[in-house]
Amino acid sequence: MPPPLQAHRLLISHRRLPTPARRRFSAVSSVQSPPAKTLAPGPATSSILSIRGSLLSGERTAAEITAEYLSRLRRTEPSVRSFIHVADSDAVREAEELDRRIASEGKDALGPLAGVLVGVKDNLCTANMPSTGGSRILEGYRPAYDATAVRRLREAGAIVVGKTNLDEFGMGSTTEGSAFQVTTNPWDESRVPGGSSGGSASAVSARQCVVSLGSDTGGSVRQPASFCGVVGLKPTYGRVSRFGLMAYASSLDVVGCFGSSVFDTATILSVVAGHDKMDSTSSSQNVPDYASELVPLDSLESKPLNGLRIGIIQETLGEGVDSGVASSIKAATSHLEQLGSVVSLPSFSLGLPAYYILASSEASSNLSRYDGIRYGRQVSADDLSELYGESRANGLGHEVKMRILMGTYALSAGYYDAYYKRAQQVRTLVQESFEDALKRFDILVSPAAPSAAYKIGEKINDPLAMYAGDIMTVNVNLAGLPALVVPCGFVEGGPAGLPVGLQMIGSPFSEEIAVCV
Amino acid sequence: MNAGLFFTTLHRPPLARFTTRAESAQATEPKAAPQSIQMATKEAAQLKMQGFEAVIGIETHVQLSTVTKAFCSCPYNYGSQPNSTICPTCMGHPGTLPVLNEKVVECAVKLGLALNCEISMTSKFDRKQYFYPDLPKGYQISQFDIPIAKKGYIDLDLPMEFGGGHKKFGITRVHMEEDAGKLLHSDSGSYSQVDLNRAGVPLLEIVSEPDMRTGIEAAEYGAELQRIVRYLGVSNGNMQEGSLRCDVNVSVRPFGQSEFGTKILLHKEGQADQIVQETRLWDESSQKTFTMRKKEGLADYRYFPEPDLPEVVLNNDYIDEIHKSMPELPEAKRRRYENMGLSMQDVLFLANDDNVARFFDSTLEHGSDAKLAANWIMGDIAAYLKNEKLTIDEIKLSPLELSELIASIKNGTISGKIGKEASPYFVLILVELIANGGTVKAVIEEKDLVQIADPAAIEAMVDKVIADNPKQLEQYRAGKTKLQGFFAGQVMKASKGKANPVLLNKILGEKLNAN
Repeated sequence: MPPPLQAHRLLISHRRLPTPARRRFSAVSSVQSPPAKTLAPGPATSSILSIRGSLLSGERTAAEITAEYLSRLRRTEPSVRSFIHVADSDAVREAEELDRRIASEGKDALGPLAGVLVGVKDNLCTANMPSTGGSRILEGYRPAYDATAVRRLREAGAIVVGKTNLDEFGMGSTTEGSAFQVTTNPWDESRVPGGSSGGSASAVSARQCVVSLGSDTGGSVRQPASFCGVVGLKPTYGRVSRFGLMAYASSLDVVGCFGSSVFDTATILSVVAGHDKMDSTSSSQNVPDYASELVPLDSLESKPLNGLRIGIIQETLGEGVDSGVASSIKAATSHLEQLGSVVSLPSFSLGLPAYYILASSEASSNLSRYDGIRYGRQVSADDLSELYGESRANGLGHEVKMRILMGTYALSAGYYDAYYKRAQQVRTLVQESFEDALKRFDILVSPAAPSAAYKIGEKINDPLAMYAGDIMTVNVNLAGLPALVVPCGFVEGGPAGLPVGLQMIGSPFSEEIAVCV
Repeated sequence: MNAGLFFTTLHRPPLARFTTRAESAQATEPKAAPQSIQMATKEAAQLKMQGFEAVIGIETHVQLSTVTKAFCSCPYNYGSQPNSTICPTCMGHPGTLPVLNEKVVECAVKLGLALNCEISMTSKFDRKQYFYPDLPKGYQISQFDIPIAKKGYIDLDLPMEFGGGHKKFGITRVHMEEDAGKLLHSDSGSYSQVDLNRAGVPLLEIVSEPDMRTGIEAAEYGAELQRIVRYLGVSNGNMQEGSLRCDVNVSVRPFGQSEFGTKILLHKEGQADQIVQETRLWDESSQKTFTMRKKEGLADYRYFPEPDLPEVVLNNDYIDEIHKSMPELPEAKRRRYENMGLSMQDVLFLANDDNVARFFDSTLEHGSDAKLAANWIMGDIAAYLKNEKLTIDEIKLSPLELSELIASIKNGTISGKIGKEASPYFVLILVELIANGGTVKAVIEEKDLVQIADPAAIEAMVDKVIADNPKQLEQYRAGKTKLQGFFAGQVMKASKGKANPVLLNKILGEKLNAN
């Protein structure tokens, strides 16, 4: 057995042994050129560290930092429309409170995310703000509690600046499926930001907030990260508690993170990850300090990627993939020290239909609770079935209804074996083929989406075309693996080109490896 | 009357089938057979006359008396203010997730073992989906294809008044699930309100094999299940609180037919009537059933594995631990009492009530003779309890004092009986102990119940009784020696039961036979 494999095993088992075989890698830098128009891009370095530095040195106050972000938010929001709800006065109040605490208690009062403005996808529950999941049926709904991920951010000192737009209950790939508004791509406002976490991606891209939380059921963090040119991280299933995340497909849903750098994204993950007694599917694996795995590029003495085995997924660079996207990916992987070799995942194409059956089946069940009885929109009616029917017909959008119908059908007596059960079998195949490939490679790479951001309205009436766009990402959810998307290049389009994201897939709970690359 | 949702899953196609529900608005005696079972008895008797037999299977829901609900940390107390013990999770709010209460698994394993089931080392939860306002999530978390326990049986002894006999009924499965809330309908019928206190309360569903043929068997099955859950302490088993609910499935077939047959026409009085499959509800006031819901076909619950909960994986140590912690169950108790030489009548009386059995066992532990203890418990103590409407654990008499009392009878210090009657002296002491407690010795002293053991005093009483009854004395002396009992009774009465019976009989005999 060659040494790299052993080292790899040590990494995934989280034994923090100071072995010489341990590799340290630099972050691939993120945004390489300015985004469009008025939108000022941030530096590639960590915004979290620079905020922390400012607060520690007293160079700037939390209130000043918050005011800067809020002013940019106010300027850009009319065209980007990332947020369904902006809690600007709360943010200002919290920032001032933080400043007072720093003044009275000193720098020790600073949590790891002190003064960091966070956008939260609106399908994550927040106690002091409306949480709609992008659906009319929850218009005006205010949860009684904070989602665990949100609570952990707040406990670390983060300031929630607002709730970001999404495709209704996470069902969509463009954020056009929101019941409230269409979010645009900061790189080209005629284009979609991707979805379903489009608001969270565009908000970070337009620097309306420092980092954001999203959720990823079939690519809902990674594809918008790619479209908006930011870093998006989909953790291993169970790495982050789902408590407070409005369930779309419980066996696939994960809370994910966006940032303008790998460091920031990793920092957020370290804060929100970990076991939660409120979520029985959350893992009790130790949470490493993902950000500490990173070292500055200039402090590296040698080629850090030596020994890392990278596999390019063959099926992701073939037919149906935009040529510009394919060449960006190839160029990026060639940067990775020519270590890339091609790996085939034979069950790759089976994943998409299996995903849509499983996700729709679970969704048809998970969304049953939106019945207008206890909370949310209720249409008055003469009898019970009319009350249910009308409340749901009025409150739920087209795409959601379609998926509920598909899922109900797939779970029906006589169809269960042909659809749900078969899809579960495919899921096992997909898991096995990833497992096999990840025995031979440390990291698998692919595009995050077959194309860069497309035009608003382009696929709105063609759900199958939209579903097909999820081909790069859904398999990873079926296998429950962690994946990181980083900007790796541009294709032509829009005023300044359109970003393309590279997806790096690791073994379960090996987030730190992907982060290191 | 609760017309809430109720569904029955068909196991086999019966010839004719109707389901009755033993949940009615009216309170029943805890020990009374469910009304649905009473009804089944009547129907079974009628069917027998017509050449048919009833095939009865029972689905029972047992509400567990865990401190908190099955999947959240809310408490549940029967009769609380509506919606006072609820939280976002049991209300089905967005983003909430179920977290399994370990105690539910423990109760399920206990009951599974008590019902002689195979325990599934790995089982899982599934979602059973339907819309109803008392079901907050739009699905019930239940167990579908892999229940936690299956393939068991229940042993019981039919009551002597119904001919007695040992019976064994199969248990198909035991599974864990959550209860729904309750709908409160307005008097006008124009609106309904939802009370979610009960939503998420843990239940065990026990499905029997269709092994019962008469209502008595069905009733005893229900009663035995109630005893078992009470013995185990997993539920209070109170039917009037809905803690134990029986759904009785009755199908009908001609005698001698071993199959259930397909659902076909049943010929009755020369007419061909289509048998309708339906659920019937018992109405307490009219003592009749009426149609609650016709079954048009199988409802499709679209079961699928609950993705929010991991599989329930048990190991042998866990099961052994639970096994060890289990109390002696009614069946074992009955067999033990039977081996003591008690009659089946006594065995059933003593073993079928957890409290009585504990009292009896404790009395035996203090050294009492089993038969004597059984007699006193089933006799004067039971009569007192019945009169005062008390249970045996509510009286002041302790098993220790009963055993003392029995010991004094046995060693001849006092007499329990005079002839066939309980000695009034003894009853006095017993009643005093039951009502006010204390020790046998103290009661005797305090209440001036000290036995009269002075031969002179007894002789005086005997003389007086003989003098007062010259006619009886004449008869006695003419050969009717049985009259000694009459004289003894009179003396005992005169002494208010305090005369030492041994001395009394000795002196009386001497006097009666003296010339």
